[in-house]
Amino acid sequence: MAAIEVRGLVKHYGAVRAVDGIDLTIEAGEVFALLGPNGAGKTTTVEILEGHRDRDAGEVTVLGFDPAEGDRDLRERIGIVLQSTSVIPELSVREILDLFGGMYPRPRQTDEVIEIVGLTDKADARIKTLSGGQVRRIDLALGIVGDPDLIFLDEPTTGFDPSARRNSWSLIHNLRFLGKTILLTTHYMDEAQNLADRVAVIAGGVIVAEGTPDTLGGRATGSVRVSFLRPADVSGIPGVFAVDPGRDGLVAVEIDNPTVALHDLTEWALGRGIELERLAVTRPSLEDVYLSITRDTGNG
Amino acid sequence: MVDRSGLLGLSWRQMRYESKSFWRTPIAAFFTIFFPLMFLLLFAALFGDELIEIPGRSPFSVAQFYAPALAAFAAGSATYTNIGVSTAFARDQGILKRFRGAPLPVPAYMIGKISSSVWIAFVASALMLTVGALFYDVSLAPERLPAALITFLLGAGCFAGLGLALGALAPTGEGSPAIANATYLPLAFASEVFIAVGDPPTWLKVIGDVFPLKHFVNAFQDAFNPLTDDLALRPFDWAVMAGWGLFGALIAWRFFAWQPRETGAAKPRRGRRQAAD
Repeated sequence: MAAIEVRGLVKHYGAVRAVDGIDLTIEAGEVFALLGPNGAGKTTTVEILEGHRDRDAGEVTVLGFDPAEGDRDLRERIGIVLQSTSVIPELSVREILDLFGGMYPRPRQTDEVIEIVGLTDKADARIKTLSGGQVRRIDLALGIVGDPDLIFLDEPTTGFDPSARRNSWSLIHNLRFLGKTILLTTHYMDEAQNLADRVAVIAGGVIVAEGTPDTLGGRATGSVRVSFLRPADVSGIPGVFAVDPGRDGLVAVEIDNPTVALHDLTEWALGRGIELERLAVTRPSLEDVYLSITRDTGNG
Repeated sequence: MVDRSGLLGLSWRQMRYESKSFWRTPIAAFFTIFFPLMFLLLFAALFGDELIEIPGRSPFSVAQFYAPALAAFAAGSATYTNIGVSTAFARDQGILKRFRGAPLPVPAYMIGKISSSVWIAFVASALMLTVGALFYDVSLAPERLPAALITFLLGAGCFAGLGLALGALAPTGEGSPAIANATYLPLAFASEVFIAVGDPPTWLKVIGDVFPLKHFVNAFQDAFNPLTDDLALRPFDWAVMAGWGLFGALIAWRFFAWQPRETGAAKPRRGRRQAAD
């Protein structure tokens, strides 16, 4: 059974169709990333799945439950890492994890959770004395303290420095290793690339692309960019590469048949004894694909 | 480990958490506990602490009247203002949303909230009466203790219910203390907390009679009244308090929101969160 099943989900705010007919299936054990510009409907969708928001139309099943029913049996099995929400500032790290852990039937040990998120030396500090990044790690800790089967991570590393982000990524990898299902929203493409088994892009309240991070938007099959420093003598260079270089002196060409074109290019260069400096063959990054998808839908 | 995730156990943990948050917020503790106590000291300075002698009665002090009135006032503020303000802030900050996303039953949250503030109200009232007893000759006849306790519980419960209504209706956490004070303090004047006016204007009397604070104050004072000898049972006042408490709970039930208000300016401070550690 799929962990999350969504059919025809719609949510309006007045005249604004924040979510306008979304279908989504997330399998158990999968790490699924929802990408999209601000205001695209990501958070609304996730909050409907979490049971925080009602929907106007559509069918939603989360672990076999309808989240709109607010069933405690469901809430015992999900963990929610909220976006931009404060934690109770008067409590200590240990106290808040004890408080929330106590609500679940089989919570993780408080000390273990504190260690996982790297707050052991702050365990007894009042939350109001912690830095923003440390508070964000408490968010993460609260999401896993109940040892849930399904975890919602709404922009889990926004505002993190690179090393804190790496730590969170390895935590999320570990959760996947334990068989947890994870639904992640992010606007960091490297995060999606690193963590997700599958990604979907939301724009204007609908899903405009879906796939693995490597194949999204025809990334694996589309054109390839070949670039190199233009040699002094380019007489006889294959026609496709006979273009003016950019200001950095690089010739950059998008081509659909890289095998043949590269063969022609290197054969030409070898024949003249030319070293093609800074030769690179790259596929568009996930970010390039994402930007072109969201630009096409007029919602960048 | 007793009843780890049963309703009783969860309510108990919620109560302990709410109390901890309260005592660790010095400004709230100050206004709830010491502010009413200052009135007691002030009144004692104004009215003096000489004993009044009436033939056929044991001598008594004026504090015998205003200490219980101020104790009721403190209990009302410990429940109404505290619950209203803390609930509105917790909603704005997304703390209520966090509870709602966890497997915490709504009744456990409500019981924890109400019982912790009734406990705080008890501390505030008991402190008031203790200071009254130690320094101003305030006393309570043992046979009137049951009536005093019933009045206290109904009064505190009533203002707890109204506090939940205030928390549900207050548009923002920032604005909630102003709303709480602007409703509670004028009502206290109309409710004979500070001065028992001999012949009040009709409108003032009507306001006092309609709202529950005067019933709380009068019923509680009655248990300490040195001029009467009955058990101080006040079924009518008790009924008025119970009615208002239920009304407040109904309003809260209808309008309570777990999500931060969409348009509210009082979003959680994002800046704190964005600082890298």
